[in-house]
This record gives sequence, structure tokens and C-alpha cells, in this order.
Amino acid sequence: MCSICGCASSEQRIEGTSSGDHHFHPHSSENCDRLPFASRRLVDIEMDVLAKNNHIASHNREHFAAAGILALNLVSSPGSGKTTLLTRTLTQLASGVECAVIEGDQQTTRDADRIRATGVAAIQVNTGKGCHLDAQMVHDALHQLSPAKNSLLFIENVGNLVCPASFDLGERHKIAVLSVTEGEDKPLKYPDMFAASGLMILNKIDLLPYVSFDVDACIAHARQVNPRIEVIALSATTGAGMEQWLAWLEQQRCA
Amino acid sequence: MHEITLCLNAVEIMQQVGRKNNARRIIAVWMEIGALSCVEPEAVQFCFALVCRETLAEGAILHLEKPVATHWCDACQQMITLISPGVSLCPHCAGRQVRVIADSGMKIKRIEIE
Repeated sequence: MCSICGCASSEQRIEGTSSGDHHFHPHSSENCDRLPFASRRLVDIEMDVLAKNNHIASHNREHFAAAGILALNLVSSPGSGKTTLLTRTLTQLASGVECAVIEGDQQTTRDADRIRATGVAAIQVNTGKGCHLDAQMVHDALHQLSPAKNSLLFIENVGNLVCPASFDLGERHKIAVLSVTEGEDKPLKYPDMFAASGLMILNKIDLLPYVSFDVDACIAHARQVNPRIEVIALSATTGAGMEQWLAWLEQQRCA
Repeated sequence: MHEITLCLNAVEIMQQVGRKNNARRIIAVWMEIGALSCVEPEAVQFCFALVCRETLAEGAILHLEKPVATHWCDACQQMITLISPGVSLCPHCAGRQVRVIADSGMKIKRIEIE
């Protein structure tokens, strides 16, 4: 029996609390109203719980638009080859294109160091226990990085095929990087990420002779969760398919 | 995932609105979980009670709704109802160009205050 109102409603235990009277349950207004004349009213809110993140993301998006910056959010599992793809891309991009990179990892600055070794400015965000970048982190990183007008900004998200799908950073596109060593059914297993991405890059195609990866099946799966998704297959290590990716980037920059 | 973050954000919004409306306490809240979201209702229920402790929303009753996703067939150019939830095939043209129309977030609809 509840010691607060004497009701015997079934307990909702909160893990870690001791047994007995320390159960917690919400008291319905009919049974436990000790202030019968207090005025009650409903207040409409109609707000997304992630409104704060979305608001900051919109602010980022406006900033990018005003400065003509093409911001791209690279998402994938850990080890798909995002950083290698970036370093290769940055060295192959036309010299006229200015670039900047925001790197996200739980720990270390290793990825940002690799980017800087190519001569491109990079800033590392270490999320600690966090599993994804959010709009506030990108906003703060932007203020330090100060990308030039009409430049290309790559945001390499924390390696994670789940959470980044829910957190808008203000990017123009999410780009899902999937390597051929990961299994062609990943788009079906992680539909939210592939549904949220404008482009899927199939990386490590140089390893196709050594793995049983069905490229056509993978593309079909991706189109099932996102009929509009574009696909580019390449190898960041050998350079195969890079021309198609660079052409896509150029097309987006001019859009 | 991130149900605790969502609950923290939700209670912050609820308190802001509550204070603006001179509430002494928040009695109940109605929230909607989008069909495309990765949110687990059970986890929200668990986290919500914890997060409300020592706030204006302590003891608030949480009403969670999970509206069913609707679907649109690009080929038929009309809203359709799937025959079976897991199978993304249009019941009219048997095509695969089916788009899910649903929220991917969590929304606070309203609160009851006194």
C-alpha cells in the first residue's frame, strides 16, 4: 500500500531503490487531490523534444548558406574508411577548392592529425562518452575553425550507424560510408541511417575478390529503405571510383 | 537510444512552459513518439520518473502515444495502407516505391498544470 495516499496500485520500481514503501507511482488526480479547488489547465506545447538541437542545427545551416559553405556529414560504422577517404579526397581535390574538416571521436586527435598532414585545417571534437556529434559541438567547432566562404566542410561523425541519424548538425547531406567487408544487408539492419542519407559510398571495392559481398543486393537494399539514395562505389586506397565521387562533390558545390 | 537525454530535454521544456504559466506543479504530460524514431517507450517511462524528481514535474503522469506511420506510394501517387507492417509493398501496384511518412523524433504535445 502506498504510504502517501493509501492506494494499492501496482508498483513501478525504480532500479536501485530499496524495497518496501519506497515504490514510486504517479498519483492520479481523482484519488489523491489534496487541493480540490486548485485551478487546473492544459497548456499546449507541440514541441519536438530535440528542439534545442534542431534550433542550433538550423542556425548552423543558415550560417553555411550565407557563407556558401557546402557542409557534408560523413556517417558510418567504425573502420569503414571515412578518414582514409577524406585524406585521399583532400589531396585529389582541385587546388582552387578550400576545405576544412571537423573530426568526431570519443578520444584522441589521431584523425584530425591525419587530416592536417594533408595541409587542410581540421579540428577534433572529443565526445568522451558521447556516441554522436550534436549541433552545439559543430557550432562551437565552427567558431574555432572559421571555414572560408564558398569552401567545402567535411564533418566526420563518430563511428556509429545508429545515433547520428537522429541528430541534425545543419549539414546539406548525410553521406553513409559502407565498406564491402561489412555485409550487404547493413542498409536493412540500420534503415534510419540510410533513409537519412543522400549518398551511400561503397568503400574498399579493391577487396571484393576476397569477400562474399553482393554489390547489387546492397544497392537494392539501400534503395528499398531510401528510393532516392545515390550510390558511388570506390576504393579510397587504390583510387578506383574516386573520379565519380569528386564529380559528385563538384556538382553539389555548384548546386 | 538517448531516452535519458530526451527526458532531460523534455522536462526542461516542460518546466520553462510551466514557469511561464505560473504553474505550481505539472500534473501530467502528453508525449508522442514518432514511428521512425529509435525511442523505446519503456525506457522513456523509466527515465522520465527519475528525471522529474525535485522539479516542477515531480510526480507528473506521463501519457505516451505512438502514432502509427502512414505510407505513400510514389508510383500510385497516393496514401496507402500496408498489408503487413514489415513488408514495404504497395497493396495496389505491388511496387516497392513506398515512402514512410512518420516523425523520427519525440514530441511534447501538452502539459496539465495547476
